[in-house]
Amino acid sequence: MAKITYITSDNQTHTVEVQNGLTVMEGAVQNDIPGIDADCGGGMACATCHVYVKDDWFNKIPKKEDGEDDMLDMAFEPKTNSRLSCQIIVSDELDGLEVNIPSKQA
Amino acid sequence: MKKTDALIIGAGPTGLFTAHQLKLIGLDCEIVDNLDKIGGQCIELYPDKPIYDIPAVPECTGEELTNNLLNQLKPFDIKFHLSERVEEVKKEGNNWLVKTSGGNSFLTPNVIIAGGVGSFEPRKFSPKECEKFENKSLFYSVKDKNIFKGKTVSIFGGGDSALDWAIELSKESHVNLIHRRDEFRGAQATVDKMHALVKDGKINLFTKYQMANVHGEQTLESIDIKHDNDEMKSLKTEYVLGFFGLIMQLGPIANWGLNLNKKTVEVDTEKFETNQKGIYAVGDICNYPGKLKLILSGFHEGALAARACFKLARPDEKYRFEFTTTSTNLLKRLGKKE
Repeated sequence: MAKITYITSDNQTHTVEVQNGLTVMEGAVQNDIPGIDADCGGGMACATCHVYVKDDWFNKIPKKEDGEDDMLDMAFEPKTNSRLSCQIIVSDELDGLEVNIPSKQA
Repeated sequence: MKKTDALIIGAGPTGLFTAHQLKLIGLDCEIVDNLDKIGGQCIELYPDKPIYDIPAVPECTGEELTNNLLNQLKPFDIKFHLSERVEEVKKEGNNWLVKTSGGNSFLTPNVIIAGGVGSFEPRKFSPKECEKFENKSLFYSVKDKNIFKGKTVSIFGGGDSALDWAIELSKESHVNLIHRRDEFRGAQATVDKMHALVKDGKINLFTKYQMANVHGEQTLESIDIKHDNDEMKSLKTEYVLGFFGLIMQLGPIANWGLNLNKKTVEVDTEKFETNQKGIYAVGDICNYPGKLKLILSGFHEGALAARACFKLARPDEKYRFEFTTTSTNLLKRLGKKE
């Protein structure tokens, strides 16, 4: 279980507890947090669960695997700290993770 | 205007199997899809990714699944209208009048929305100002490459479309290629060719840059691009091309008076009918208690919606349930019996 904070582009913060094994994307969708569309349902095929991960956390969470950067090319306003939230799997180590949701997904 | 028993919106797996079910029970149908090819998400998003949960098919890719479904449709004559988006659905007596972006119109008692998460549209540049030049000097696809002859074209993207056009246009235009990182996801041979052209000075390459702004009064004059380290650069350019792939948008469906829940359409589980009589939704786009977004669910939903269509298309006939193993009628339709 990890407490994860989602910050929307209008600076609303939503902190929820997400079960280990779920993805950061699922944590958002299950808790009705706005701004994460996840059109493809977690298949790393659409880039609509795009988030920015705060710098200190970016280096701590598991690295991007093949293909994630290719999808991020298509995301709305990608930055160096961009991730697809469907590819970040929640574990105890992620307790306290903060992610910023872009102003839109497409 | 075309008359048909049922119009299917969406040529993904669910739309294709729904067509099979309609034709099997003796109804006509036509299919409209905004993509230029058949297969929907299976073809656009994951043609090469294996799928493991299609009943009786242990493993197949999105492309194989699409081809198998098309094979299954072979006995039937089904008209596809590709690269057309359904713009309008309007009640006309007992029928629906459906108009597409390609200028087609259909009169039908049954409209089946098998639209996935909506229609695929090109992903656009984020600065709002870009809209002003869209389809004039800023494009998301190339229709006539001759307009670029002798001009400066700035191409954005890191996939095959961006690379192929950069290489092609570098023959007769000044090409800037701009991408957000150093790696390109295009085919290696294409990436190598692009780098060779950069070396020869035929392509100006800017990596770790993204579009920041566009300038110009009537016509586009220049663009600003921004580096990861916030450094800005201004490029004089007459044309801009953006290749960021496709995104699914619900689009005009939102205006048809349907009960929407986020990006899905509420249906009943008997006919998969929406709140509008004669409009059904099947596959990923429909929603009901317990809905699973699986291809196999779409097949079931389409089969039931097809039976519901029969009632409206043939009000004076009674639908008779039959098996393909034994029914002479069905075997005739499948071309297995004279």
